[in-house]
Amino acid sequence: MPSSDYDSACLPDILPLYYRRLFPFSQYYRWLNYGGVQKNYFQNREFSFTLKDDIYVRYQSFTTQNELEKEMQKMNPYKIDIGAIYSHRPNQHNTVKSGTFQALEKELVFDIDMTDYDDVRSCCSAADICPKCWTLMTIAIHILDRALRDDFGFQHLLWVYSGRRGVHCWVCDEAARKLSVAARSAVAEYLSLVKGSDETVKKVVLTDPIHPFIRESLVVVERYFPRYALQDQDVLGRKESVDKVLALTPDDILFTTCKLQQEFQNEKKPEIRWKLLKDEAKRKQGTSKKNQHFEKEIMLQYCYPRLDVNVSKGVNHLLKSPFSVHPKTGRISVPIDLKELETFDPFAVPTISLICEELDRPRTVEEDEKSKETKDKENEKDTAESRKIRDYKRTSLAKYVKYFDQFLDGMARSWKGELLKKSDLQKDF
Amino acid sequence: MQFSSRRKKFTTNSQAELYGEPLQFYGQPPLENISLTEFETFAVERLKLLKTIENLGVSYVKMSESYTKKLGTESKALNFLYRPEADDRKPQNGPTEQEKRRKDHISHFILRLAYCQTEDLRRWFIQQEVDLFRYRFNDLHPKQKLEFLHRNNLQYDRITVEEKKALNDKLVNSSYALSGITVVEQDVYKVPFQDALDLVRTRKVYLKAGYVYIPHQDIVTIVINDFRTRLSKALALTARSLPAVHSDERLQPLLNHLSHAYVGQDYSIQKNVGKISLEQIDSLSGKSFPLCMRQIHQSLRENHHLRHGGRMQYGLFLKGIGLSLEQALQFWRSEFIKGKVDADKFDKAYAYSVRHMFGKEGKRTDYTPYSCMKVILSNAPSQGDHHGCPFRHSDPELLKQKLQVYKVSPSGISQILELVKGMHYQLACQKYFEQTHNVEDASFSLNHPNQYFIESQKALGGGKEIKRETEAPQKPQEIPTGGPSAAPEAAANTQDEAEMTEDLDSFFQDA
Ligand code: SF4
Ligand SMILES: [Zn+2]
Repeated sequence: MPSSDYDSACLPDILPLYYRRLFPFSQYYRWLNYGGVQKNYFQNREFSFTLKDDIYVRYQSFTTQNELEKEMQKMNPYKIDIGAIYSHRPNQHNTVKSGTFQALEKELVFDIDMTDYDDVRSCCSAADICPKCWTLMTIAIHILDRALRDDFGFQHLLWVYSGRRGVHCWVCDEAARKLSVAARSAVAEYLSLVKGSDETVKKVVLTDPIHPFIRESLVVVERYFPRYALQDQDVLGRKESVDKVLALTPDDILFTTCKLQQEFQNEKKPEIRWKLLKDEAKRKQGTSKKNQHFEKEIMLQYCYPRLDVNVSKGVNHLLKSPFSVHPKTGRISVPIDLKELETFDPFAVPTISLICEELDRPRTVEEDEKSKETKDKENEKDTAESRKIRDYKRTSLAKYVKYFDQFLDGMARSWKGELLKKSDLQKDF
Repeated sequence: MQFSSRRKKFTTNSQAELYGEPLQFYGQPPLENISLTEFETFAVERLKLLKTIENLGVSYVKMSESYTKKLGTESKALNFLYRPEADDRKPQNGPTEQEKRRKDHISHFILRLAYCQTEDLRRWFIQQEVDLFRYRFNDLHPKQKLEFLHRNNLQYDRITVEEKKALNDKLVNSSYALSGITVVEQDVYKVPFQDALDLVRTRKVYLKAGYVYIPHQDIVTIVINDFRTRLSKALALTARSLPAVHSDERLQPLLNHLSHAYVGQDYSIQKNVGKISLEQIDSLSGKSFPLCMRQIHQSLRENHHLRHGGRMQYGLFLKGIGLSLEQALQFWRSEFIKGKVDADKFDKAYAYSVRHMFGKEGKRTDYTPYSCMKVILSNAPSQGDHHGCPFRHSDPELLKQKLQVYKVSPSGISQILELVKGMHYQLACQKYFEQTHNVEDASFSLNHPNQYFIESQKALGGGKEIKRETEAPQKPQEIPTGGPSAAPEAAANTQDEAEMTEDLDSFFQDA
């Protein structure tokens, strides 16, 4: 495991190297500048840095990529958060009349954190994760990605591994960035199915008719449920976890719960037990109107994505930036390529120690050749910049930056359209 | 609107045009002159109506049968329109429909003046006006609804018959009110999802590629959305022109009075600062805190931690009952450092937000304690949270257990659960109050946790306890456990503290 090499004590020593030679500043700037379609979009963006000893500095802002680079190399933040685009430069927020400094736009963001699933995973708890429960994140991404694209019509979704125990989604479409607080919360609520706190036993209740969105989500959940819940978490194996599942079945005149309890006595195999439960649900659907979807509700309660609605709601809410380091694990917050979602392994995400080490490895002959080629081509006009490009390409960060580039290309195509429209308009007048 | 007689512009013609329809978008301000007396009565009566709407919205499901019936009766009693038909005949007594419409129009605009001044007032006003509009729009005959859309130029894209056929199943499954047959008969409109957020939020509409597909009978949502947007824009505009109105010395006091009259007390002004000592909180939480706060307090004591939602709800409540900033800091710090947070981390990560609540950081707004409405409606608790309203957010089964632990009688519990089932959360809370204070009929209508606290103190003996208890720790002879000190964090071990609380408890019973 590469992460075993990481020791948070050496962070102050390696961060400077990371920000000097590896952080993908040009892609980063390209992203947040959004093609320069809107004036001051990058300049009015809030960044916030967490420095050594948990010192937290908000309302940082930068006029150019160069300034951002210089500042990050000077401060060497342990963690970077991205906030909203404000009406004024955030670093001058004290100088503008109070009340006029306002958050105007931001990507629509989602934060899914494994700690919110503690009642439905038995393999780990709190900040720990393992390949077994990581499936929950895979399910979450599948479901939300589909809904945000097909239902809401968004196209530019960047999924990012948080570096520790969750994932973030940045919806970067122009329409998403312009959403009001009310609209953000409506979207987040549309996407939320699991309701209630520790105090709630039954967290998913379906009513007829089942909305197309829920049907689509169930298709995903049904695909993963047998492996995730029945095998990996063994929810129908041990007594306590069986009881937890049965507590979600209707305790009615037909004694569904009791009946299942008895049937389970003679049948130990989780798959068969689940089948018995499903049969019972089917029988129910013929006889009663209430509670008839309980098998679906159970699957959703165990597998459906749990969103932190508050993060999505606020325009001015801060969220950890892609390519920021996670100070606890040392892992880089990398974008996730959905084409490889099934095989994405959070434990294989490079740590800052690993990629810094890779920099020091002697170059292979092949690499040298290549770099000579590029050097000739670029005529050494911007050596620092091109060296940095070659630097990250020599590390395991390369494939994530490459994917980020592809994502940005996709967005560029859409704002090219915007710019054309604008210049056409100008011609007209 | 003219308040002086400088310009007289009034034609019966425009009057008839203006009040020819039962419902309007309030696009045009009234142009006539009105007397100050009329000004005042109109305004006060509309406020009463809006206040009624707020109360009904709390006690009943909006637009349910009992809600609309009650609202109808109230509208009638206050001489506001309550029937969509215009009836020109002079009724036996009371104003004609025309006169009512005029009153509706004028009073709406007066309240705009009074309620445009702050964000909170605007939000309250918009909410009630929107609910009123929804009620009235729903009351229109289908034909009148169509006329209304035409008159106000509300045109929405209709989807074609083929599209409708193709989407039939999805449409039927997305709307509670649609069956296969009605889809064929109804027009279905396609609008950007941003224009129908209420339907999106509750998943009551089919959504595809950023558009919602709304059957005609749900059109009210977009109309209301339109109404809300217009009204909020109009209020912002009015706010900007307000200085002119404010320089009118006849109007200004009246408007200020109006805006304060009916939104209820906000409990942000602390009358009791310093009257409560930190040692009292444990005992007060059992005696005088509403269930929501009692629950948060308990989990704070157990976990030595609270997440953001809980800190805000509870912190502001404590501020409302009279904790000073210094006390609040001490309270949170001493609890948090018993958990995973050390003093240093507390000062760095949490002290800021405590000061923030007291308006000492950030925007320096003095935050007001949350009302029941706010607790019940916004920011529902999720995994790991302890805030919210237990009557609304706890599983009924768990609520029942909790009430048993708190020694509410079985009959009391079943009454409370019955109210919860009917979604009357505040009434359930009031029942809990009656049960725990041994009163037959609480003589207040609950809408704020801090109000609960004040009423409880009253019921327990006129708030004298607070006074007495504050003095208590300073009189060592009254506390037999010995060694009490004035500063709570000096209480060496938790056992001491527990005993002390118990002792204070007994004080309460004496009183
Ligand atoms: S009704 Fe109000 S005071 Fe009572 S528990 Fe709920 S929020 Fe608290
Ligand atoms: Zn695990």
